[in-house]
Parts: sequence; C-alpha cells; structure tokens
Amino acid sequence: MSARDEVLGRIRAANSAAGHPLARPVPREYARTGTHAPGSAAVLELLRDRLVDYRATVVDAAGDVPAAIAVALAGVDGPALVPAGLPDGWVPGGVADTGFSPAELDGFAAVVTGAAAACAVTGTIALDAGPDQGRRALTLVPDVHVCVVRADQVVETVPELLARLDPVRPTTFVSGPSATSDIELHRVEGVHGPRTLIVVLDAP
Amino acid sequence: MGHLRGEQSFPDAARGALADSQLRRNLGHATTTIRGKRAAVVAECDDWEELRLAGEALKSSTMARLDQHLVELEERVTARGGVVHWARDAHEANAIVTRLVRETGETEVVKVKSMATQEIGLNDALAEAGITAQETDLAELIVQLGGDLGSHILVPAIHRNRAEIREIFLREMPGVDPELTAEPRRLAEAARLYLRERFLRAKVAISGANFGVAESGTLLVVESEGNGRMCLTLPETLITVMGIEKVVPTWQDLEVFLQLLPRSSTGERMNPYTSAWTGVTPGDGPQAFHLVLLDNGRTATLADEVGRAALHCIKCSACLNVCPVYERAGGHAYGSVYPGPIGAVLSPQLTGVEDNASLPYASSLCGACFDACPVRIDIPSLLVRLRAQHVDANRGGVPSPEAAAMAAASWVMADHRRFAAAETASRLGRLLGRSTGRIGSLPPPLDAWTGSRDLPRPPAESFRQWWARERGQGRARERGQS
Ligand code: SF4
Repeated sequence: MSARDEVLGRIRAANSAAGHPLARPVPREYARTGTHAPGSAAVLELLRDRLVDYRATVVDAAGDVPAAIAVALAGVDGPALVPAGLPDGWVPGGVADTGFSPAELDGFAAVVTGAAAACAVTGTIALDAGPDQGRRALTLVPDVHVCVVRADQVVETVPELLARLDPVRPTTFVSGPSATSDIELHRVEGVHGPRTLIVVLDAP
Repeated sequence: MGHLRGEQSFPDAARGALADSQLRRNLGHATTTIRGKRAAVVAECDDWEELRLAGEALKSSTMARLDQHLVELEERVTARGGVVHWARDAHEANAIVTRLVRETGETEVVKVKSMATQEIGLNDALAEAGITAQETDLAELIVQLGGDLGSHILVPAIHRNRAEIREIFLREMPGVDPELTAEPRRLAEAARLYLRERFLRAKVAISGANFGVAESGTLLVVESEGNGRMCLTLPETLITVMGIEKVVPTWQDLEVFLQLLPRSSTGERMNPYTSAWTGVTPGDGPQAFHLVLLDNGRTATLADEVGRAALHCIKCSACLNVCPVYERAGGHAYGSVYPGPIGAVLSPQLTGVEDNASLPYASSLCGACFDACPVRIDIPSLLVRLRAQHVDANRGGVPSPEAAAMAAASWVMADHRRFAAAETASRLGRLLGRSTGRIGSLPPPLDAWTGSRDLPRPPAESFRQWWARERGQGRARERGQS
C-alpha cells in the first residue's frame, strides 16, 4: 500500500476508534471587525503607534509621496531598487528589477515598494507581490525597506487584513524590521531581513 | 522514531539539570521575561477567551475530518505546481527528503527552524548521506555550533547566556571577529555575516510549516529574523516537512491562529515576518516545491479520544514558560525535541507511552499550562490519563519503576485500612529521615518516587492518627490503636 493510502487509512481508523468525533460549529464570537473604518484617522493613528513601537520609522507623505520617499532615502548610499510596477516619478534614479540574482540584490542598499494592505492593531503590512511590490526577494535582501502605504489600505483588525488578501499570491506579512530575541530574550532589531523599515503613510 | 526520547529517564536527567545553577539562572531569567511580555499583550485583547474557544473548536473540527482536509491540501498544492509526498514515519520522511536533495545535485542545504524536522532527526540523516544542513535561526545556529541540543520549542538556546554564546561563536564560527563582545547586538551581527553568503548561494532550502491551508494549498511559516524568508524565497528548490495535524481548513481560519500564536509565543502583537506561499509562482521564489506530509505517530495519537487533543498544539511554547517543573529542570531533561508540559504529553503519545514512561510524571499538575494554552489543551488531564494508561499497561508484566510506584500508591490509597497501615509504616520513614528532615530514598518500589524528589519527612502524627485520637475513638479502636 502506498504511504498516502496508509496514512489516510490510519486517520480514518483513528477517527473511528475515537468514536467518529464530529466537526462542530466554530464559535466566532471574537472581534472580526474593528470599531474604526478602514483608512480613518483613528486607524492610521493606531498603525503609526504600533509601527513606532516596533522601531519602524513613519514618514507622513502629506500629499507628496515622492518627497516623502526622498526624505526616507536621504541617508542611503547609491541607487534604490524598485519593482517594475512602482508609479513613475516616485523614485527618480531608482533601478527597476529585471530579475537580479540574490548576490546582485545584495548590492542595493535600499528598496522602495507599495503595499497590499495593513493592519493597525498589530502594526502589520502585507505585501502580495503586486506590480508595485515585486517579487518577495526584493523586500528582503536590501537593508532599508521604504514601504508606501495608502490610507485606504489600512484596516483595524487581523480578520479584516486577511479578508483583503488572496491566499494564492505569495504573501509576506511584515511587522517592524527583522528582529531576534534569541539571546537572553533581549530584542535586537536587524538580523537577516531589512534592518530599517520606513513606512511612508500616504493619507489625504 | 527520531528525536523523541532521551537516553535517560526524566528523573535522572532532571537531577543533573537541577545541579546546574547557571542553567537555572538563564532559564529563570528567560521564562520570567517572556511571561511578562505575554501577559501584557494578551491583556490587550478583550476577546482573548473567544479567540481561544474558536482555536480549540477549529482544531478539534479539523481533526474530525483530517483525511478530507489533507486530500484537499494535496490537490491544491499539486494544482499549483507543487509535489506532495506522504511519510508514514521518520525513516520514510528522511529518505524522501534525502532523495529530493540528491536529485538537485547539491550537498548543502539551508534550513528554517522546524520542530518536525528535528523530531525526525533530519540533519543526522542528511549528514549520513553527505549533505550538510545549515540551521539559520539564530538560536538553532547557536545550538548547532555548540554541538548541543535545543531545550525550548521557540528559543532552543534559552539555556545559554550571552557569554556562553560568545564563546561558541569565537570557537566555531570561521572568520569571526576575534574582538567580538558578548553584546547581543554584536552577536546577532556576527550571525548575520556568517549566514549571509550561505543564503545568497543556497540552491536548496528545507522548512517546516506552521499552517497549511486546505482550501487554497497555501503554506505558512511564522518567524522573526528573516532567515525564514531567505530560505523560502532565494533558493531554487524548497522542501517543506509538515506534520499532518498542521492543516487548517480555510484561509479565514488563520485570522484566529495568527492572533493566538504570536501573542502566546513571543509575547508580540505579531511576529516580524510571516511568509505564505502556494505551490510555485513563476518568477517569484523557488521554482520547485515539495511538501512532505508526516505521520510519525500522529495517527496513533489521534486514535485516543482524549489524548488526540495534544495534536491541537500550535507549538507556541507558552506552557513551557509558565511551568514550574520546566523552569527548574530545563528542556533537556525531557529527552525529546518537545519539552515542557506539552512535550510530557506529546512525546509519550507519539512514541507509545512505554517508550517515554517517566514523562507523564514530569509535572506538578498545577494547571498553569492549561490557562496559558491558546488552544485550550487540558494538559493536566492528559497527563493523568497517560499515567493511568502507563500503569495499566504494566499490569501483569514486569512493572517499570514509575508504574510500580504509582500502582503501589493507588493500591494503598484505594482502601482506608491499607492507607492507615501505610501511615504506620511511614513512621519508619520518619526515623530514616531524622537527621536531614528529608527522606533520601525509600525501598523499592517506592524508590522510583523518592529517586526523583525529596520526600518531606512525615509529621510525627498523621492527620488520620490525630483525628482518631482527638475525635474518633470508635475508628481508632477498630484499628486497634485506642
Ligand atoms: S500545548 Fe498549548 S501552550 Fe503548549 S505549546 Fe502547544 S499550543 Fe502552546
């Protein structure tokens, strides 16, 4: 018998030995939606607060995204990497991804992307490889990640965040910069992922 | 069966651990810190209990239809260009992974921290085949370089402090800066430099999975450092080993677990990185993806209508951090890759209780683990059940020391006359313990009990004797003691 058939058979036998337990309705009394509307001032404030708590930097675009990105990139040496679908004019002099190898990606100090959605309560930004975000490796190898989040992409809760995402897209949930607590549970920002996360909040 | 049992029984191993004061200091500091963080972020959630109830129900419902969910997962992964393999046990899983790595022609792989691959002893199996598996999680790296074993589900190097880690790095990391200090930031930097070129040149990666979504075929890895993202994204081939219990029916179900897991494990609102991928995506990430679905004792655990709840575990490690026994004995004493309260339940079930007979006794049954568990696994009740099974299994045969001790205890306690007689006998114990106030050891079979704990010297007069003297002349006369 194949391993597949044997394991499936064992599961059926086990469930029958356990008296055929029933799949029961799942109580979903937990908060599925927040108390604030997506993109509202309260949700943005909460997101800002959580991001700062994670030692990310927040820059308010105040209607001018390219200027805010320029501020975010001020200390970066060399050109920034950008996904091919990033809006024109956001990063003058940015180098569009043409399928660089991991070693080539390592030559860039910074990357600038958009986002798919964000969750305020947890300070989480979701990237789903859309045209303004690019493949996953782009936001991983360079040491500075500048991520532009539009106000209407910000929801309050985790359930609202997941509801906005398509599971079959390769998705990365980012909450603050890379961090480890493996040494005496002492938090250190920056191990392998970008050590600096700068979120440009594009609110009207 | 892989790394699910130790060379020593829990009492023997714990005795050594208890004598190591450095270990106890490291552990005490770490568990206290993480308990505080967890309590703070759990308190932020008004709906924490509702989330726990949902998590519990989701898990038990999934197990009730586990076969269907796995078949659906397999279908979806395959439809998106992945290849699904099934493994009955550790040996089979190791053979599959070894073959898959060999087929790529590579002899080096990078690894994301994974309980399942540790459980099956994958690194050793690969090493035998001439394949080097590089652990990339900082704590796993510390453990690997130190030639050590992990002692905590989430923070495997929790038993090491910064000075010890510095020494390990100086000794084992080729090209490390000899000026390296013990500052955590510098140590993390050293690990970053050491691993970076390995990530950039890796062709094959091996991971576990925290969740596998049946309806979409999506797999998820939850992590902090970005080493997971490096492994899951940069190499050409990705091999994921997932215990069959990790499946969840729908994408929506993740809304429960992605709230419960980070808060329970690292005490964060959300862990820094979670990666989700479905099969293969052209132009993004590995272009070859293999999923190995692992049984290795899980179906046997599933057959027990009560004990199967141990499979609900999402490996958050909250129960370890609140357990007074774990805090003092440390993770190595459990002899399994799954230490602490859940390990005491899971390991004997995965191996069969006779192979890990002392573990169900490695608990004070205080109940803190149940309160901490995000999916409401009633660990104390499961431990008691395992103890009973163990005692039953030994009836008639040659009993193991623990079984004999427990059988003797229950035989004595089951009848008040015997209990009274035992109390009289325990006055003998009082004589034995006169000099230290502790009884070092009792004669067999009760030495299994005193071998793992000091028995306080019994009071001069037992409660029953006091009661008989003060209030119960009739009962005392009946016992011939008036
Ligand atoms: S038993 Fe519960 S508390 Fe312990 S590791 Fe598993 S999920 Fe976490």
